Amino acid sequence: MKEHRMRRWVLLALFSGLFIAVISSTGLWETTLRFLFPQESQVLHPRASLIVLVMEHLSLVAISSSLTILIGLPIGIWVTRPGGRNFLPLVTDLTSFGQTFPPVAVLALAVPMLGFGLPPTIAALFLYGLLPVVRNTIAGLSAVPPGSLETAYGMGMSQWQALFRVEIPLSARIILAGVRTSVVINIGTAMIGAVIGAGGLGSPIIAGLVQDNLAFILEGAIPAAMLAILADQLLANIEGSFAYPGQSP
Amino acid sequence: MIRLEHVTKVYGETVAVNDLSIEIEKGEVCILIGPSGCGKTTTLRVTNRLLEPTSGHIFIDGRDICQIRPERLRRSIGYAIQSVGLFPHLTVAANIATVPELLHWGKDDIARRVEELLILVGLNPVEYAWKYPSQLSGGEAQRIGVARALAADPPILLMDEPFGAVDPLTRERLQAQFIRIQQELKKTVIMVTHDLDEAIRLADRIAIMELGRLVQYDTPETILSRPANKFVHDFVGTDRALKRLSRIGIGNFIRPCPSVKTSDSIKEVAAAIGSRRSVWVVNDEGRPIGWIDQSRLSESVTARETIFSGDIHEIALTNQATLREALSRMLGQGFKSIPVVDDKARLIGEITLHDVEAATADGEA
Repeated sequence: MKEHRMRRWVLLALFSGLFIAVISSTGLWETTLRFLFPQESQVLHPRASLIVLVMEHLSLVAISSSLTILIGLPIGIWVTRPGGRNFLPLVTDLTSFGQTFPPVAVLALAVPMLGFGLPPTIAALFLYGLLPVVRNTIAGLSAVPPGSLETAYGMGMSQWQALFRVEIPLSARIILAGVRTSVVINIGTAMIGAVIGAGGLGSPIIAGLVQDNLAFILEGAIPAAMLAILADQLLANIEGSFAYPGQSP
Repeated sequence: MIRLEHVTKVYGETVAVNDLSIEIEKGEVCILIGPSGCGKTTTLRVTNRLLEPTSGHIFIDGRDICQIRPERLRRSIGYAIQSVGLFPHLTVAANIATVPELLHWGKDDIARRVEELLILVGLNPVEYAWKYPSQLSGGEAQRIGVARALAADPPILLMDEPFGAVDPLTRERLQAQFIRIQQELKKTVIMVTHDLDEAIRLADRIAIMELGRLVQYDTPETILSRPANKFVHDFVGTDRALKRLSRIGIGNFIRPCPSVKTSDSIKEVAAAIGSRRSVWVVNDEGRPIGWIDQSRLSESVTARETIFSGDIHEIALTNQATLREALSRMLGQGFKSIPVVDDKARLIGEITLHDVEAATADGEA
């Protein structure tokens, strides 16, 4: 089991290295895309190099996902405590609403208030990613066996001790699965940021769509897809490290 | 010593515990028993403030527990429930270490204590310390549960059906182990069970509850021989005479009996039998290997030829057995007496049906 997990980490490191090598070699992209689309005068988006676009994209995701986790996790914990239980239906409804509301619509509404660029994009991504995190936090904490909780209190743990020593470790995998879904969704959805000038891998895609340049679209789409797969695997590995024998997979 | 004074617990419309007063002496095992919904588990839980009583007071060593912070109180009281209570994400060692860790013991002290407790409950520390609850059998998990409750050496133990979720054979072993550990540690124990045989076997006193009220609180012997009312009478069942027997060790009923060796002559055998129906045959170490029937005496010349060897190990009892086991063997084998052996399997005497009957009659009187 341990060896298996080790192998997954090594594999992930190898692929991440490969990914960095691929996005930083502009020459490789230019040659390949030129070969595929000889009719285009330009095959690489002129605004910024690929590595800069990836970094912009990553920071969009990092900021919005961190916000989602920092706010979603405590909300999920709060509504499963005795003090916040009354708010459980309200919070579930609101987070579901946040996800049904299309991010583009959030952008449209946010731009007048927050202006162009980063802030509205992050607001949209944050709202859109909140649901899986909150939902899984609630589901995970509710799935803690009542017997474990009863003995935790019965042996003299305080509310906080029971939370950190028993409830969170027991629900960590479910909570992290929510984080994983949220981050992967975020990597895809962050494309829309380009519409209002937040940059990222959406820029070459939007430019490609406008100028009917398939090479641009691929320049944005391929790294984004790779990024999503890598992030998914990274979080899956972290999730795996919270596994214990006998846990339902 | 634990004293509950006029404790009442009300949930909405239902009265779970109704004006319950009970006193548990230091070092005694008190077993709460009754049909489901009688309030026994609620009683257990108000004792460590997992629930607050609606009214009434609980004193431990003369101190009202509502003046002690719940967490502190609970760390000084061992708590064990069915095996589901183990933390599945922690190893056996970490599970046992829970309360010592909450009490900020040193690492070495905790490690030493874990090892000590695993040995106490009869599990090899090297093999078990790093296992996870899912890798344990039901019986092992329950033993870990008991070890965990004992971890910080609390003077009081609260146990909610601690031997509930295992097969009857394992349960019997766990009970025997509990008796051994309790003889050694002398904890004040409150245990909840719905198994009357378990209560009779383990309890110093049994508290029978019905609809939140205490109906009778007495030693198992008294409850079986003098049920307080019809409810208790029906609850202990019509076989209470038989149940009483399981409270009585055979120790006082063993009587010396003649035995012969295989090398003895018929004459010697005849002398040993006298007016008896049969005599036990032992080998050179004094271990019973069979018996000789009076009716067979005339047919042969040496003892060796007349022995019924049967499965003597199925028949002989050790001196720790109870009268109930003795009776069960007699009925099973069709014998009127059963040989009793010591822990080295040597014959020390026998126990007769007549004695068992006499013991039963005593209780009925």
